[in-house]
Amino acid sequence: MTTATEAPERVGPPSKAARPHPIRDLLIKRSLIGILTLILVSILVFAATQTLPGNAASAVLQNTATPQRLHALEVQLGLTRPAVEQYWTWLTGVLHGNFGKSLANGQPVGTLVGGRILNSLVLVVLAGVIGTLIGVGLGVLAAARRDSVFDHVLSVTSLAITALPEFVVAVVLVIFFAAVVIHWFPAVSVFVPGTAPWSNPRELVLPVATLVIVVVPYVFRMMRASMIDALESDYVQMARLKGVPRWRVLLFHALPNAIAPTIQVIGLTFLYLAGGVVVVEYLFNYPGLGQALVSAVSDRDIPQIQAIVLVLAAFYIAVNILTDVIALAVSPRRRLPRS
Amino acid sequence: MARRPEAIAVLGRAVRTPRGAVGLVIAGLVILVAAIGPAVAPYSTTEFVTAPFARASSAAWLGGDVLGRDVLSRTLNGGWELLAMAAVATALGVVVGAVLGVAAAYYGRWWDSIIMRAVDVILAFPQLVFALLLVSILGPKIWLIVLAVAISHAPQVARVARAAALDISERDFVKAMQILGIPGRRIIRKDVLPNLTSVLMVEIGLRLTYSMLVIAGLSFLGFGLQPPSASWGLMINENRVGLIAEPWGVLMPAILIALFTIGVNTFTDSVARASLGVGGRATEPDAELALVAREVT
Amino acid sequence: MAAPSENIPVAAPAEHIPAAKRPAEDGTPRLAVENLRIVMPASRRRPEADVVDQVSFTVQPGHVLGLVGESGSGKTTVALALLGLVKRGLAIGGGKVLIDGRDILALSEHELQKLRGRTVAYVPQDPGSALNPVLKVGTQLREVFAIHGGDAERLTQVMAEAGLEDPGPILASYPHQLSGGQQQRVALAMAFACRPRLIVLDEPTTGLDVTTQRRVLDTVRGLCRTYQVAAVYISHDLAVVAEIADHVAVLYSGRLIEIGAASELFSHPAHPYTRGLMRAVPSMESSHELLGMAGSPPRPGNRPAGCSFRPRCEFAVAECELREPAAVAVSDTGHAAKCVRALEVIALSGTALLARDRAVPPAAEPVLTISGVSVSYTNKPVLRDVNLDVGAKKSVAIVGMSGSGKTTLARCVVGLHRDWTGTITFDGAQLPPGVRGRTQDQLRKIQFVAQNPYSSLNPRQTIGQIIGNPLTHFSKVPARERDKRIGDALTSVALRESFAARYPDELSGGERQRVALARALVVDPELLVCDEITSALDVSVQAAIVELLLRLQAERGLSLLFITHNLPLVRSIADDVTVISAGQVCERGPVTQVLTAPQQPYTQQLIADVPGLEHAG
Repeated sequence: MTTATEAPERVGPPSKAARPHPIRDLLIKRSLIGILTLILVSILVFAATQTLPGNAASAVLQNTATPQRLHALEVQLGLTRPAVEQYWTWLTGVLHGNFGKSLANGQPVGTLVGGRILNSLVLVVLAGVIGTLIGVGLGVLAAARRDSVFDHVLSVTSLAITALPEFVVAVVLVIFFAAVVIHWFPAVSVFVPGTAPWSNPRELVLPVATLVIVVVPYVFRMMRASMIDALESDYVQMARLKGVPRWRVLLFHALPNAIAPTIQVIGLTFLYLAGGVVVVEYLFNYPGLGQALVSAVSDRDIPQIQAIVLVLAAFYIAVNILTDVIALAVSPRRRLPRS
Repeated sequence: MARRPEAIAVLGRAVRTPRGAVGLVIAGLVILVAAIGPAVAPYSTTEFVTAPFARASSAAWLGGDVLGRDVLSRTLNGGWELLAMAAVATALGVVVGAVLGVAAAYYGRWWDSIIMRAVDVILAFPQLVFALLLVSILGPKIWLIVLAVAISHAPQVARVARAAALDISERDFVKAMQILGIPGRRIIRKDVLPNLTSVLMVEIGLRLTYSMLVIAGLSFLGFGLQPPSASWGLMINENRVGLIAEPWGVLMPAILIALFTIGVNTFTDSVARASLGVGGRATEPDAELALVAREVT
Repeated sequence: MAAPSENIPVAAPAEHIPAAKRPAEDGTPRLAVENLRIVMPASRRRPEADVVDQVSFTVQPGHVLGLVGESGSGKTTVALALLGLVKRGLAIGGGKVLIDGRDILALSEHELQKLRGRTVAYVPQDPGSALNPVLKVGTQLREVFAIHGGDAERLTQVMAEAGLEDPGPILASYPHQLSGGQQQRVALAMAFACRPRLIVLDEPTTGLDVTTQRRVLDTVRGLCRTYQVAAVYISHDLAVVAEIADHVAVLYSGRLIEIGAASELFSHPAHPYTRGLMRAVPSMESSHELLGMAGSPPRPGNRPAGCSFRPRCEFAVAECELREPAAVAVSDTGHAAKCVRALEVIALSGTALLARDRAVPPAAEPVLTISGVSVSYTNKPVLRDVNLDVGAKKSVAIVGMSGSGKTTLARCVVGLHRDWTGTITFDGAQLPPGVRGRTQDQLRKIQFVAQNPYSSLNPRQTIGQIIGNPLTHFSKVPARERDKRIGDALTSVALRESFAARYPDELSGGERQRVALARALVVDPELLVCDEITSALDVSVQAAIVELLLRLQAERGLSLLFITHNLPLVRSIADDVTVISAGQVCERGPVTQVLTAPQQPYTQQLIADVPGLEHAG
């Protein structure tokens, strides 16, 4: 059928020996940058808390500070040593798991904070997963029924909810479900740090629901927009022209393409939750990192603040890396360059 | 006839759409309430006019708060500081971020790496936590909060500005200027910046919403304006306890905060859609995608 | 319109077809389009506007109908309608599309879906974006079989027929890992997989280099003949259509204005628009004057009264304004045109176009000398040891396929690209690599016009400001003098002075390119570098720009460095030509010599593969 054959072109997956490992390379590169960032963050945190005017000693003593007591406390806290030396001591301590002692109650910060990490993690993961599933599902449906009543209602509602602060959402939920209208769930959690968070699921419902409500609109809007983009693309038109049935086009042609930008948003959702958890825990008196942070800030409890902020930063960086890696994994075009 | 500046044209178009008009009106109402509130409040914010958590009465139209002060008066007074702080923090953050982002894009290489590394560091915490960190050291001072929020906005704006500037720098008309040997600074000022207007306008809207949320959140946690001053976030926290007895102390400020952020968000959305036509490149799905991507970050 | 002449079954005269390929004589055409009408439905702001109207044609099995039109003619809309698809915002306003006698426009979505891919297939314009980037090629090919039936054996067969001899690696790849030519063959395989009755090809060779294009065309023609598939081939490239089509239909502003056998239509056009198109197409055989047509096609909803082409037509008479013309048969072989003066027009087509030999400028020192220039991007050489001269007042064309490095070379000359080795001498002095080291004089005397008219003008500035920018940069002229020079620049590119107050988004592609030219010429350069400046334009617009350029060159004594991939255009525009392949100069010399007696095999192959109008029928 053809005239002279083309000179054979190398096509398709390269031979094993030459095959690059983009995912592995990305992981390594990002981890290194992540560690660097974490170090920079630790320096920032340390500098902020230790060497700015109004140091830890005066923060603790506040009104009761006299020059002698101030000096004594400074020596005790090691504040008279050079800054770099202080940082190094602190850093080595941190790497050994020793975050110092809480200024508020003298307990080792490591145990105080460690116990709460799981609690906050449960909130974040539950809210993140549920929110993502709902958001993605609604987004796909809305895009498939674009410009319908369903779509318009969802779009307008999500635009409104996106703008609300979490504490407003939480308060509204409390009014409806806990305090005023019906009394299904507790307005405030009573469980003690150290017990498993899932031992009393009713206490989890409102905090998780608050976070889910705040998070769903973002995921929904991104999923909808990228689905619509995919549905308007040339390749979807081509699939339709091949006779591919509508449901198949939606699920097998459009969705795999639409998911990549949404991965970024899902990652950002988890990042957002790391911060959103602060207000929600405070409001529901939930024993997690967020609540601890708020009281630590009120008490000017420097070691605890440092520890919590570091943990949060590490979480942030880890999520960023994971997001980038997953985004690369679902995108063959970036993963496998032309040979 | 000279064309009106792009900003005005886009805003004009946005206002004419249903979303734009509604958003503007809602946000405008809240601003009005906050601005003239102090002048029309029946009582001062510290007067005790009724029993704690008393229900609405002729003396106190919205009832009493946790200490028996007039909820209505405190609400009317409790907005302008919040709004002012949010506005200043936004303006500062956007300006600094835009300058950094454009510089990183245009000068490339070294500048780009340095600026983007710094951006990554600041982006390694949630905005709220960053502000909390600074507050924990220096105390809940107004200027500090504004600065903290501005600093936490700058990286995100820098990223957006950088991406937009890079996109524009790639276009042929910028190259046409480069060929003539025109220095980089002039090209940025005269060719790149004017094309960033709509992108920056949308960013301002988004950041304003966030500023409000963070500042109100700080206020809620007790790290904003201190008692006994009236501030919507603080009021929500103070009056939470008596929610069942007297909901207005919580509802009123909550509604006002919500209306403001919803209004600004809706209006910003309409501005983003309206800016598609000018220098029009994107089709509707593309632009919507880009907008949502920016909103989330 | 119900005029019966529009539905003349277009069967080629029997004696011209070799016996093996004689079509079935049963009389029912494989495809019959009757009065197709596609509209933009009425909205609040405007009444219903038609995008395509009164389009009728037929195609017999084994035959190819070429559907020709410039941008905005509605050809893609018609193409999609043949599969029962309309884009968002459009609707079918009437008419029928009969495939084997069955009106597909009357089918339900479910029935249509069964039809598509099986009975009617589509080959897209840009296979790179028409193939799903996250699915492997094999998955996408097998999908057709999964829906319509077929097996692995058929798959291998179909791929071989499409010219993909070793299917394994291709099936395992993702689309972006294949070359443009391979992607298009995959698309062809997908289309022919179920042995469809009708195949619609939407500019499938756009973006392919000439040699690949030739092979794809051969494959398509072969498959159609073998399986007696009827084909509709849409294109704006008349030469390509001439190579492949048996019959041709010309679309203008959504109306079918002429139809006939390819050989007849191209040699004896009967409609003024078709005639105009013929005179705009450059030819490899001789350098002739390219004639553009003033004005541009009307937009939907903005059609003039009567004939849509009347405002631009040199044959227009009073009658043309009264009503849309009916089809006039100009021969008994089914050649018809919708023009009241069709018979006169066809009589004129004997007159040959003015062959024009370019005046050879006096020999002088070359104004630009490139020697030993090499460029490489991280280990990959892009240009290797390029040598090239541009004589004073001459035009030199640089020809190459995409990826050959010609654009990089242009950017090196102009200063946009800095990392090159070798020497470039301009006006006797060596040029520093980037813009930074060059003198004001050097910067002013070398000017550049880019390919994409839609991104080369600042959307936030007026035309006057855009043209004024280089002027104010290079010389301090008082405002009045500056405005005068801007006005002169506009008139020299045949634009009215009032354009100075307009913004780029109000201008068409051709007008924008003229502005880009004006901007380049306003500072009186000596050398003008043009990088594919007409590739994004319709052929009639291209003709006008090229003629304008040549006139300006003659008037001002410019030297021209003209980058293009279009060989026939080179014939009309250049004195010397340099052929570049994979970063190296393959052959160079005077145009008449290189194009008529090429020495290198690459050049010979290139010239042999170029489609030409002469090959029609």
